[in-house]
Amino acid sequence: MIDFLNSIIVLLNFIIIPGISYGSQLALGALGVTFVYAILRFANFAHGEIMSFGAMITILFTWFFQSQNIGLGILPTALLALPIGIIATIILCIISDKFVFQYYRYQKSVPVVLAMVSIGVMFVINAIIRIIIGTETIKFSDGQKFIMKAKQFKVMTGLNEGLALKSSQVITILITILLLTFTFWFLQKTKTGKSMRAFSDNEDLALLSGINPDRVVFITWVIVGVLACVAGTLYGLDKSYKPIIYLNLVLPIFASAIVGGIGSPFGAVVGGYVIAFSEIMVTYAYKKFFVYILPSSLEPSGLVQLLSTDYKFAVSFSILVIVLLIRPSGIFKGRVL
Amino acid sequence: MKFEKYEWVAIAIMVSLFIFVGFIQGWSVSLVILNMCIISAIMTMGVNISWGYAGVINFGVMGFLAMGGLAAVIVSYPPITESWKAGGTGIGVSFVLLVILVTAVMYINKTVTDKRNRYIFNTIVIIFGILVIRHFYLDATESIEDVNPAIAGFLGGLGLPIIFSWIVGGFFAAGVAFIIGKVALGLRSDYLAIVTLGISEIVVSVLKHEEWLSRGVKNVIGLKRPVPYEINLQNADWFINLITYLNSSKLNNIIDVSDRQQVLNNLIIDGSGIFVKLSYAILFLIVMFIIFYFANKAQLSPWGRMMRAIRDNETAANAMGKDVVKQHLIIFVIGAAIVGVAGAMLVTLDGLFTPSGYRPLRFTFIIWIMVIVGGSGNNLGAIFGGFVIWFSWIEAAPLTTFIINQLTVGLEPTNALKLHLLDSVPYFRYLFMGLILLLILRYRPKGIIPEKVRHS
Repeated sequence: MIDFLNSIIVLLNFIIIPGISYGSQLALGALGVTFVYAILRFANFAHGEIMSFGAMITILFTWFFQSQNIGLGILPTALLALPIGIIATIILCIISDKFVFQYYRYQKSVPVVLAMVSIGVMFVINAIIRIIIGTETIKFSDGQKFIMKAKQFKVMTGLNEGLALKSSQVITILITILLLTFTFWFLQKTKTGKSMRAFSDNEDLALLSGINPDRVVFITWVIVGVLACVAGTLYGLDKSYKPIIYLNLVLPIFASAIVGGIGSPFGAVVGGYVIAFSEIMVTYAYKKFFVYILPSSLEPSGLVQLLSTDYKFAVSFSILVIVLLIRPSGIFKGRVL
Repeated sequence: MKFEKYEWVAIAIMVSLFIFVGFIQGWSVSLVILNMCIISAIMTMGVNISWGYAGVINFGVMGFLAMGGLAAVIVSYPPITESWKAGGTGIGVSFVLLVILVTAVMYINKTVTDKRNRYIFNTIVIIFGILVIRHFYLDATESIEDVNPAIAGFLGGLGLPIIFSWIVGGFFAAGVAFIIGKVALGLRSDYLAIVTLGISEIVVSVLKHEEWLSRGVKNVIGLKRPVPYEINLQNADWFINLITYLNSSKLNNIIDVSDRQQVLNNLIIDGSGIFVKLSYAILFLIVMFIIFYFANKAQLSPWGRMMRAIRDNETAANAMGKDVVKQHLIIFVIGAAIVGVAGAMLVTLDGLFTPSGYRPLRFTFIIWIMVIVGGSGNNLGAIFGGFVIWFSWIEAAPLTTFIINQLTVGLEPTNALKLHLLDSVPYFRYLFMGLILLLILRYRPKGIIPEKVRHS
């Protein structure tokens, strides 16, 4: 029985908790991508950089607050700076839309052209970030680092395996729940949310019924800004902030959005968790787990690892390809193809 | 083919850029930039063939370049016999098993008609096959990687002249492109972009981590050159005579014998570097012109016309009896093959293969900026885009330093803002690239040298 509990704790500690927190970050990112795709109808390659930009502004203000000795006690100061980061990200989104994307929307350009344009935007934001904050890895989480340390847990329960709970993981999960609840409530219950869904479903019909497209687009960018900034900051808080990493993050985010069914907000969230869990589960070495759960005669000799951790990013793409082959519209029917 | 007037202007601009740099920063710098420009132009032509001719998007440039680079290693590196002894059979067995597995899956797909049964059979066969292959494969790779890991630790290559790898690289990239195309070409264009981007990422991560094949992150260095080494040139009589002959007027003015020898030695050292770069440039130019010639021929041929028809109206072309899927696959593979050739040339020029150096920003998106800026659908435009963008990518740093110094001329040299800006000079090139792309897409969406509309 104890062995069974130990094995469960191993899974919780190394797969489930990291999976949920990484999955939440991906889900928030994928939700942003899916919003742009559903309303503005293009694949936004700049999304990773928008996330990075939000995280950067948050970091800058975190530093400012730290230098002024303003803090939140046991919570990281970044939470205090997050609203400012969100506002800055929204402004960035609105500006990039006004000066860049709007023109192509009025021209009714094909999605590929808009994707190219978003690559241009990606380069510009990327440069701005590098010029302002450089390319160094930045750790900006402060306050209490662990809610529960592995050792504390061992003492508390008397089990062999420890369960560590980082505060950044708990914060990630809580904020994600909050944000997702709000987003879905907004989409389902408010008039603006309904008009957005109508616009996404059938643009011409929505225009005929008097929905103002500019307003819908504006609201979309506001939501995208919020989601991107929060996702970027949480990712930086959990791992550490590194400007280059966000370009690599775009790929799993796209994978999440497409796997879930691009254009479907709920699908994006599910896709995020699917991608995160499969990345972690495929590359995790299960040896410890089997040592506990199997009788000692059957103990595995190797690491029992399906793929080495080097292939983490490759996993998300393999899943993307498989899903596209078997069910091109994603798990939850997206709007294209 | 005949060039229009503005095309001659473009060619003149390209040539004069290098002459300008030659006089300002020295011929050595100019030739280094020229060589990379030519390689970029070949990559750009490869992308241009699939995107410009047929509208097939290819964001997997990085992966195909890496395959070309792998070809350079496999063709030119001398074989490591101990590694072959240690794990050659294991690798061979797993390869044969892999072929059997693929055949089995194909057989299942052909014979089992019921969709659910097919999935079940496929899953069972694939999982079982992978477990069996893993058994042989892991042992083999481990023993290969244990052979002298500091200098070897991989299978090595065939030990042939590296210039063959340019063709082999094309085939390698074409093979990978064939698989990708089979899987992904039915997708809508922006999906295809994401999928190819992702698969190129997978290709690179395989090269990074399969050390038995490519030595992974430990890199392969010291690949043989197709051109002479500087040190051999400096000791060759004919080269010394050539340099003496070229500089005879200058040397004759120096009366003192030892001074004259000194000057001659310096000239020989400089000259050998330039000679090597020049030989590379000539080789690369030959390849570029061959590809340019055939690309143009193909574009003007009935096949090229069919491609344009497919690009402009897929449904109509399909209705006229053209096999759109097959033609898309063909052109995707051809484009990737040309990129693969460029990848092998890139490794040849560097003399080393660094899988971790392949990053999408540098090797996929910049190439796409070259295509868009140069003009998709026009091969000369592609070359022009490759030259101009690579040139500004390199020359952005000196230019930025100059601009920042001008703008902050009133500030003190220790001013924090000025120092910070000067520190971030290398990042301004991304800003330039983004702005160039955005401006071109806005004000000249067909590129600087647009495709010529043909009414024939």
